[in-house]
Amino acid sequence: MNPADVQSWIEAAEKAFSKATDLESLKTARLAHLGDKAPISLASRALGTLAPDEKASSGKIIGEGKAAITAALQKATEKLEAERDSKVLLEEIVDITLPVKRSHRGGLHPITIIKNEISDFFIEQGYSVEEGPELESGWLNFDALNIPPDHPARTMQDTFYIEPVESGMVLRTQTSPVQIRSMLENEPPIYMICPGRTFRADELDATHSPVFHQVEGLVVDKGITMAHLKGTLDNFAQAMFGPDVTTRLRPSFFPFTEPSAEVDIFFNGRWIEWGGCGMVNPKVLATCGIETNVYSGFAFGMGIERTLMVRHNITDMHDIVEGDLRFTRQFGVGL
Amino acid sequence: MRAPLSWLKEFVEIPKSVSADQISDALIRVGFEVEEIIQEGAGLSGPLKFGKVLTIEEITEFKKPIRYVGLDCGEKETRYVICGATNFKVGDVIVAALPGAVLPGDFHIAARETYGKTSNGMICSARELGIGEDHSGIMVFNESDVAIGGDAIAALEINDVIFDIAVNPDRGYALSIRGIAREIAGSLALKFTDPVDALRGLQFSETGKGVSAKIADRETASVFYLRTISDFEPGAKVPLWMRRRIEKMGMRSISLVVDITNYVMLELGQPLHAFDKSKISGGLTIKRAGKAQKFITLDGQERNLDPDDLMVCDDKQPLALAGTMGGLFSEITDTTTDIALEAVRFDPVCVAKNSRRHKLSSEASRRLERSVDPSLAELASARFVQLLTAHSSAKHVATVVDGEPRYSPVITLDPTYIPRLLGFDITWPEIAGYLRTIGCDADEKTLQVDPPSWRSDLLTPSDLAEEVARMVGYEKIPSVLPPRPKHASLTPTQKRRRAIANMLASRGLAEVQTFPFTNQETIDQMGFVGERAATYRIANPMSEENPLMRVHLVPGLIDVAARNISRGAKDFAIFEMGSIFRSAQKLIPAVSPVILKRPDAKTISEIYKSVPPQAFHVAGLLVGKAESENWQGKSRAYTWQDAIAFAQEILDLCNLKYSIKRSDFAPWHPGRCAELIVDGKAVAHAGEVHPRILAKYGLPERSAAFAVGLSALPDSELVKPNRVGTMPAAFQDVALVVDSGVSAQAVEVALRAGAGELLESISLFDRYDKIGEGKISLAFTLTFRAEDRTLTGAEVSEMRSAAVASAQKATGAVIRTA
Repeated sequence: MNPADVQSWIEAAEKAFSKATDLESLKTARLAHLGDKAPISLASRALGTLAPDEKASSGKIIGEGKAAITAALQKATEKLEAERDSKVLLEEIVDITLPVKRSHRGGLHPITIIKNEISDFFIEQGYSVEEGPELESGWLNFDALNIPPDHPARTMQDTFYIEPVESGMVLRTQTSPVQIRSMLENEPPIYMICPGRTFRADELDATHSPVFHQVEGLVVDKGITMAHLKGTLDNFAQAMFGPDVTTRLRPSFFPFTEPSAEVDIFFNGRWIEWGGCGMVNPKVLATCGIETNVYSGFAFGMGIERTLMVRHNITDMHDIVEGDLRFTRQFGVGL
Repeated sequence: MRAPLSWLKEFVEIPKSVSADQISDALIRVGFEVEEIIQEGAGLSGPLKFGKVLTIEEITEFKKPIRYVGLDCGEKETRYVICGATNFKVGDVIVAALPGAVLPGDFHIAARETYGKTSNGMICSARELGIGEDHSGIMVFNESDVAIGGDAIAALEINDVIFDIAVNPDRGYALSIRGIAREIAGSLALKFTDPVDALRGLQFSETGKGVSAKIADRETASVFYLRTISDFEPGAKVPLWMRRRIEKMGMRSISLVVDITNYVMLELGQPLHAFDKSKISGGLTIKRAGKAQKFITLDGQERNLDPDDLMVCDDKQPLALAGTMGGLFSEITDTTTDIALEAVRFDPVCVAKNSRRHKLSSEASRRLERSVDPSLAELASARFVQLLTAHSSAKHVATVVDGEPRYSPVITLDPTYIPRLLGFDITWPEIAGYLRTIGCDADEKTLQVDPPSWRSDLLTPSDLAEEVARMVGYEKIPSVLPPRPKHASLTPTQKRRRAIANMLASRGLAEVQTFPFTNQETIDQMGFVGERAATYRIANPMSEENPLMRVHLVPGLIDVAARNISRGAKDFAIFEMGSIFRSAQKLIPAVSPVILKRPDAKTISEIYKSVPPQAFHVAGLLVGKAESENWQGKSRAYTWQDAIAFAQEILDLCNLKYSIKRSDFAPWHPGRCAELIVDGKAVAHAGEVHPRILAKYGLPERSAAFAVGLSALPDSELVKPNRVGTMPAAFQDVALVVDSGVSAQAVEVALRAGAGELLESISLFDRYDKIGEGKISLAFTLTFRAEDRTLTGAEVSEMRSAAVASAQKATGAVIRTA
């Protein structure tokens, strides 16, 4: 077998393959150069007629030739297939800016989001998140908090009473009864917050709602001071309003704390009333059976709607309570 | 509480260098919120003169009465001005703004032609001068009080600063100029002169017999001063300075006697009441009304007295609603010459109850229900006599006293208590110094603190701690984080709720929060009956529209959906999480143990049990299309299946096993409602909302809802996962024919039971209901897998046959042949 012949067949095949413009013409070229009638195939079949020593050397030459032609075919096939594919894909181009079918945009109510955020902040500080009933015993909502029966807050102008009124059942006016429950149920140290829904007989307007949310916090431990209250509020305020916020305590009055304070924040260039706080009144501790000569505590409470409105510059309470999807959807699942 | 700077300066030495803003800051610092700083006379400049009315020409051809008035303003010639007010006559003295004057609101006065005349100035009302709201007429004065042609700006002390201050309910003493002045002095370390000091030891001669005074029950009042006065000349004029101060306090000048009672109350804080002595039969007694009866207060209102109302009565009848408002019958009139002046330290609770019962909050009740200095009954009534006798012909006849003032007890203070509570170092001498600033006596040897007469709120060491902190300044308290407690985390219930809310929100549902109120019509409309319809009623609801507590979340969602539709929304999904309030438990009379000690365990348990359980639910409403519609045409609508899927996903998320059955349950379509059952308890319902309800509220047909009682769900157990099998799975399809009444779930359960432990999963892939004879075909794929080997064909066939046999036995299923 003359190697030059085989080489010429290889070259012819390579040339033919590279000339093929599509897979169809490549098939024709394949039949010509690798099919039954192709010179290399004929030579291969003729090997049987050769003498054994020549058979070995020629067989090797032909085998290598066949491999080379097959490789060339493979290369050409891949090239043409890629060309075909890209052509098909080009034809399949779509306008990906068209509106796609998608399910509705959902979202958490911003009150839920901020409640979660507050809970996470305090859990990280080691506080538990406590809850209590919204329809609550008047004793837990008022008396135990040192709000006597004749206190103005207990009148029907401020509190929703449940029939029969002799039951003393109210829609809780604050989340403080959860603090009382906590102190009745647990021994100090107590570190807890209680976010929740509260009720007051206020007409719905831009800044008031008869149904709103509060978050209160309570710490009862040995050696708790008003400085600890201040530190906690500073930290909390920064978590809610950013690192630049500053707080101010102003003397105030609540029956359940002594000393008492209002907490203001300086935000967007002005002082804004944020909530109330103070050192737990020893009368309240004593009512819950906590030793006042061993333990002291602080408590604070903020309106969640107020926090939300101040932080996000929401000017009308109606948006928060009406359930308009356009409002809720702006918040997604985070703020 | 208003406080004019000019009046405060009488009791506290405020240097000129201290600005109004600094005074305001000083008040805020010690706990008095300054709501407004009113600059009286701001934007006002003269000439502003007193003028005497010489002539009045009524001009009648215009729609409203117009007067052309000739004035003597101390000038050579009569000045003529046009005036629209009619509350004055010739001889009265008025204030005229002359050309060149500027009134508040940048209103320049100039001579001008109007109503066919030349007006050379303007006669002013209080509001036009920016010193009051009264616009009913112009200000009228007596010639004896003012100088004609004199500068009215100076004479009326118009240029002043008025602080409008919010006073906390524990600080009754600060509802007086005396109290506010003391706080300013304390906060700025300025010299304070107590106006009461000058009244101590004031003596009036007894010239006759006074009206007797008696307190029937010492619990209702501690001390009663009754000063009898005669020879008052009814026309006595109110001095201009007093009238102006009363006006600056936001009140109106009425008559000398009434004005002095108000003036003394504003100055010292003790409400006084003056009776026309001629109307009193016998003596005065403070006692309860005793029986229901009619009583007319001096505002002319007839009131129905409660037997418990505290009254000031004569021998025949009640004359005043104690500490709240006098009666019309015995009020001072313009013919009164003899007066009985009452000053009482009433029990704050009695006055508060009087005021609440009659929805009558007066300047007097506001002070008395916040506690008034018990020493003031004597001193304030003396101040009244002093002022009245100085400004009229009135004479003191006699003073009768019953009872005596009761003062707060002495407090023994542990000197370490205050630094321990406040969190900073402060020595006992410093503490004592601060306590003296607010009027306490503090003994450094005995550690005893005696609160001043006006501070009945100071009863405990913690009350004193607040006073010390206030005087030190809250801003001086350091900011320190408390010791860090142990680890905390959300409870499993809280985690579960959060996961469910997040899941629903990320599946396209928007969370809403509705008011938990409803009404009977809605409950009936929804089809709730029996214990699902029973709820609690609010005694004083915001409106009679929604007086009941909600029994379900879906009605609220329907309302919100209707609102969104009315605002143009079409296709959406919403959900709510919250409590519902079915009245499964009858409310018992309140359990109200005394406070200051822990109630016993039984009482605490009774209180807890008196609060009815309030179930916590999550519910969703799926309205219209499940996807937004766009250029590709119609989208898939939400159906009953989506609602059931959400209910299932919620239970799946909680790792709870459940079964499903069809349920006829309001407010759902009776044939398209699924009940999901966990541990034998129905915990969730889902499906299509009843078509009647959808039509009623204008919601799209086929809208669907789900509701899951989260508080009814058992706790999820700790997950102990199976090993994940890696051997090949074997799949077997089986098509079964059953009666159309047989549920897919029943067949599946039977197949599962028969297939054995190696069944990994089962799924329905076809349902064919066109085979007739009341039959349907259900085709399932069974997936088998063993952990340790590849299953053989024989094994799989055997398990498949066992599954089919089980289904046949349980549901009558037969293998589908055609």
